Amino acid sequence: MPNRIKSIVSGPGLFFTGLGLVALYAPFMTLAANRIVAGEGVPVWDVAGPEAVIPGFAGLLAGLALGLPAAWQVLRLTGAMIGIAALIWLLMEGSTSLLEGAGTYARVSLGSGFWCLLAILLLLAADALSSLSPGPKMRGALLAVAIVVSAMVLWSGVLTDLSIFREYASRQDAFFNAAWRHLGLAFGSLVVAAAIGFPLGVYCHRNKSLRSAVLPVLSFLQTIPSLAMFGIMIPLLAWVSSAIPGARELGVVGIGFLPAFLALVIYSLLPVVANTVAGLEATPIVTLDAARGMGMTRHQRLIQIQLPLGLPVMLAGLRIVLVQNIGLAVIAGLIGGGGFGTFVFQGLNQTATDLILLGALPTVILALISAITMDILVELARPNKMRHG
Amino acid sequence: MSRANFLRVIVVSLLLALVLRPEWFAPMFEPFTPPGAAVIYDRTSLLSLSLSHLGIVALASVAAIVVAVLLAILVTRPQGKAFLPLSRTIANMGQTFPPVAVLALAVPMLGFGAGPTLVALFLYGILPIFENTMTGLSTLPPATMEAARGIGLSRRQRLLQVELPLALPLILTGVRLSVVIAIGTATIGSTVAAHTLGEVIIAGLLTNNTSYVLQGGLIVGLFAVLIYDALTQLEASIRKRLGVK
Repeated sequence: MPNRIKSIVSGPGLFFTGLGLVALYAPFMTLAANRIVAGEGVPVWDVAGPEAVIPGFAGLLAGLALGLPAAWQVLRLTGAMIGIAALIWLLMEGSTSLLEGAGTYARVSLGSGFWCLLAILLLLAADALSSLSPGPKMRGALLAVAIVVSAMVLWSGVLTDLSIFREYASRQDAFFNAAWRHLGLAFGSLVVAAAIGFPLGVYCHRNKSLRSAVLPVLSFLQTIPSLAMFGIMIPLLAWVSSAIPGARELGVVGIGFLPAFLALVIYSLLPVVANTVAGLEATPIVTLDAARGMGMTRHQRLIQIQLPLGLPVMLAGLRIVLVQNIGLAVIAGLIGGGGFGTFVFQGLNQTATDLILLGALPTVILALISAITMDILVELARPNKMRHG
Repeated sequence: MSRANFLRVIVVSLLLALVLRPEWFAPMFEPFTPPGAAVIYDRTSLLSLSLSHLGIVALASVAAIVVAVLLAILVTRPQGKAFLPLSRTIANMGQTFPPVAVLALAVPMLGFGAGPTLVALFLYGILPIFENTMTGLSTLPPATMEAARGIGLSRRQRLLQVELPLALPLILTGVRLSVVIAIGTATIGSTVAAHTLGEVIIAGLLTNNTSYVLQGGLIVGLFAVLIYDALTQLEASIRKRLGVK
């Protein structure tokens, strides 16, 4: 590519726009006779009548084309948003028109073309955003806007004809129970792990021999595959419940919430302890010497100097834990621990794709939102001169 | 023999015995077996499950290493610089996708069996290696790079003889992360009918046979710990040879 063009057209933009044009040919939606059988692909121009398809298609093309320029990142971001709006418009019109006269059990699902286009538009948006590199507050505002707009689209009911929303509609109560259970598993175990891990990290920081005993054990535990860990918790807790009087009355049983919760706490300890130690160690020795010279006690140095300076590293540990737990909590679905994993594994058993999605998509979205939020907090916790952007 | 090596020999022999002669452990697992059920998993040979499990992990990891390192080289060259910020975002955000979700989402596209497991392990395995290779290649000491240019090495020679060797410890850290996740995810792969050690655990969970759960959990756990240990040792010896910390 000659240099003149290169400075006008963005490399990633050209790449993704090209991919997007190819993805337009892939089946955008699928129409199936019921929720189990594989559907037949429908290309984007056939999902509805021309009066609905033409504006949608134009929106998609505009969104892809606006991704091309190398400068004007805000325009590229706007383009990606236009493209995503066009995707939603096409889904809305397409689901209504495809279901017309297709029978009571017929289902319309999202096709590979839709997923590719969504991924490409999101990547274009991500490319524009990473070039803009907004500060933490701006990122927080953008995240909030994205969440509010998506919630409005979901709540407005324009997409209720899609198969995944049919799956949701037939198990609304179970969905909210699963959501609470999932959040309880992920955040509850985070709180418990932090309550154990922070003090343990402080002791490990002060006592080298304790550290060299604790950290290898924790990283050994981290290595054990999740299914094995969840499985082994079951007999362990069943034994506790039968061997220790009163344990059963306290709700200690081998199956369900508790083994999953405990497994998550065990996995969470390493990032919390290791990052607490690393965070406390991050204080420059000169700073500590100065604090000592001022006559600060060890306790004062910890609270007033080391904790504030180490906070970003410790928060980064919590970010790892949170994202990891949201993902691992899916496995709880296999041992009766509830959460979104229930839908994933039910869906796998019934080969009902949209039920798998009903469990997997909220998990992915929850993990993404948590990661972005924690990244923002980590950056806000940094002392001013270290913060960039 | 050092204490660590002694421990390694014991763990390896325990693992071999568990896989090859599971019947030796029958008295140990007996108390966890419900009345009338088999104590030792006998539906498939544990050896074949182990080999297939490790095979899937190895295949996916090798493919992930090749693709991840190539991609990281591309985005750290002058021609691929435009992709660098986006690559960082993708590596950062992509790793928040739960491996189980990636596995479950691969099933609608690829059906049941080893296929979706391989693809999920491969896709998920790329990111930690990609991220670490990218970091390794973009944070090389400027003085060393200047010296490499100064002695007249071509770009290709610099990449092969200076940049990649210096980035190797970081790349290996990525590989280790990725392999450990792959072993765990392959275990869950048995819920989508992949032939892996997870089968033993799942069979135990479905029939309330705790001895199966323990047996499968122990074997797969020992494999994971040993492989993690081996890769850590490899990394340490390479760091030592390169003289970097």
